[in-house]
Amino acid sequence: MNSWTPFEWTAAIRFLKEGRMQTAFIIIGIAIGVAVIVFMSALLTSLQSNFISRVLTSQPHIQIIPQDEVARPLRLALPGFVVLQVEQRPAQRLRSIDQWQSINRQLLQRNDITDVSATISTSALAIRGDTTQSISLTGIDADSYFRIVKIQDYLTLGTVVLDSESIIIGTELAKNLGVTVGDKFNVTGANTTARVLTVSGIFDLGNKGANGRTTFVALRTAQTLANLAGGVTSINVNVQDAYGAETIAQSIEASTGNKVESWIKTNADFFVAVNTQETSFGIIEGFVGLSVAFGIASVMVVSVIQRSKEIGILRAMGTSQKQILTVFLLQGGVLGFFGSLAGSALGGAAFVIFHTVVRQADGKEIFPFVLHPSLFVIAILLAITTGVAAAAMPALRAAKLDPVVAMRG
Amino acid sequence: MVDASPVLKLEAVSKTYNPGTPAEVEVLHQIDLNLQHGEFVALMGPSGSGKSTLLNIIGLLDRPSVGRLFINGQNTADLNDGKLTKLRGHSIGFVFQSHFLISAFTALENVMMPMLVDQRFPNAAMRERAHALLAEMDLDMWEDNLANNMSGGQQQRVAIARGLAMNPALILADEPTGNLDTKSTDTVFEMMRRVNVKDKTTFLIVTHNLDLAQRCDRIIEVVDGRIVKEN
Repeated sequence: MNSWTPFEWTAAIRFLKEGRMQTAFIIIGIAIGVAVIVFMSALLTSLQSNFISRVLTSQPHIQIIPQDEVARPLRLALPGFVVLQVEQRPAQRLRSIDQWQSINRQLLQRNDITDVSATISTSALAIRGDTTQSISLTGIDADSYFRIVKIQDYLTLGTVVLDSESIIIGTELAKNLGVTVGDKFNVTGANTTARVLTVSGIFDLGNKGANGRTTFVALRTAQTLANLAGGVTSINVNVQDAYGAETIAQSIEASTGNKVESWIKTNADFFVAVNTQETSFGIIEGFVGLSVAFGIASVMVVSVIQRSKEIGILRAMGTSQKQILTVFLLQGGVLGFFGSLAGSALGGAAFVIFHTVVRQADGKEIFPFVLHPSLFVIAILLAITTGVAAAAMPALRAAKLDPVVAMRG
Repeated sequence: MVDASPVLKLEAVSKTYNPGTPAEVEVLHQIDLNLQHGEFVALMGPSGSGKSTLLNIIGLLDRPSVGRLFINGQNTADLNDGKLTKLRGHSIGFVFQSHFLISAFTALENVMMPMLVDQRFPNAAMRERAHALLAEMDLDMWEDNLANNMSGGQQQRVAIARGLAMNPALILADEPTGNLDTKSTDTVFEMMRRVNVKDKTTFLIVTHNLDLAQRCDRIIEVVDGRIVKEN
């Protein structure tokens, strides 16, 4: 008995120690439950961070594009007349954003925006020998664009340096054209303007279609090929808070009059998937937590019954109801603490092993390893809270025991 | 200075269970009782006579239905449960037939328990007091033993030491020798008597053993919830 340990703590720990086997089993039970929760939470966080990083490194947070062209009827209905009209949606030409340099400057002055890059997107044909393949050509200012879309992260060969004569392509296109870094091929734009470009880099976006289609050239090269001298078809924007992108997009739309889309809007399905995943993981974790809580509660109920005579004598010798309540609540908390400590270690170890063992066919990791220490802190705090809450009913029962009845057994 | 008021005073105490129902039963009827400082009193009576109920009421574990109970001159009817618990802890020591030692603690810690409950943090004075009480019960060699590892007689002596830990004015002993052999019975009885003589602690001992009762200062006999004889 330590002089710095109050009676309630001493009694709680001694009672747990005395019922060693019972205590050990419930701690193992809690540990397994906490391990499942830690493992699943770590897995969910890693998968989500993987998804989000893949989405956010392959597209801007916000994209500004010109409004769609619409047909405007010349004749309006006069009062008392009905005009029968057939409106045909016009084909959308490749158009530049009006005053894009001015918009660019305005955006860069905002504090909530980190990067701005104007691009031009058009389609073209890649020709080498007898092989012709349609490609999606994106003209970029490499410095600003690669801060938004991190192609350098996906680069398998070469560099992301672009001049007016070079092109960065995907692995699939490189394979189809039979080219590698340093090789040249023809690119013909929509207006039949042709350029010979040299492959400066090859990337792998992890998607066969995208790898066969996506290409990057210098902005001026694309402007020439698209016959859109001095123009851009989109302005790409990255913001401080990716999750606040939609609000910022709306304010940009209101101030520029262009069509503005955030990644949140364009990836609605992604968020549905994330939410569904979170919900299903949450339900599983909830049930695991509940079973842990019932495990603790059942052990505490048995403990109260087993110790009713001792509770009676403690009450007879002046122990207050509050002290008895504290003794049993502490036991719940202590069980939760040690169970969660073991469970955190177990869950963390299982996650490390899973991440090391389960790999893609090429040996690359399936998802990045994300295991925040805060997860363990939260797991431990939650387990202690669960332990105390689960012990509440048995503890109240112990505190309310009539000492006479309790001693009679 | 000796306190003039009796350690225990019962005025017309009655106890009725399930009042106002068909199962109503009056267990104690109009009990008047005084115990003075330093008295060593036996409480006798057949099973079901109300001895245990009387002891529970005197021990502040139960409340009388009618009547008043004074501990050291203090009317307990005015006290709430918390204050009753406090008064019980400070003024009354219990010794039960089944010892009721806390099995997770050693003999020394069991004796320290009432002081620990009262002050929450253990200290050297508590240890010293518990050690002295165990030495008085000839158990100083056993103080580090868990209660479960001791004989019945030893456990009962630990229970007596525990009952004395808070230096209470009154010790209530409910058949303290009921589970002991003759030799242990004599030892335990003599030890209680020795404490009574030395510290002037008042003892009220429930017993079926007439031989032991006759060695007390006074015998109170309860039959059908009434004190029928005092001598």
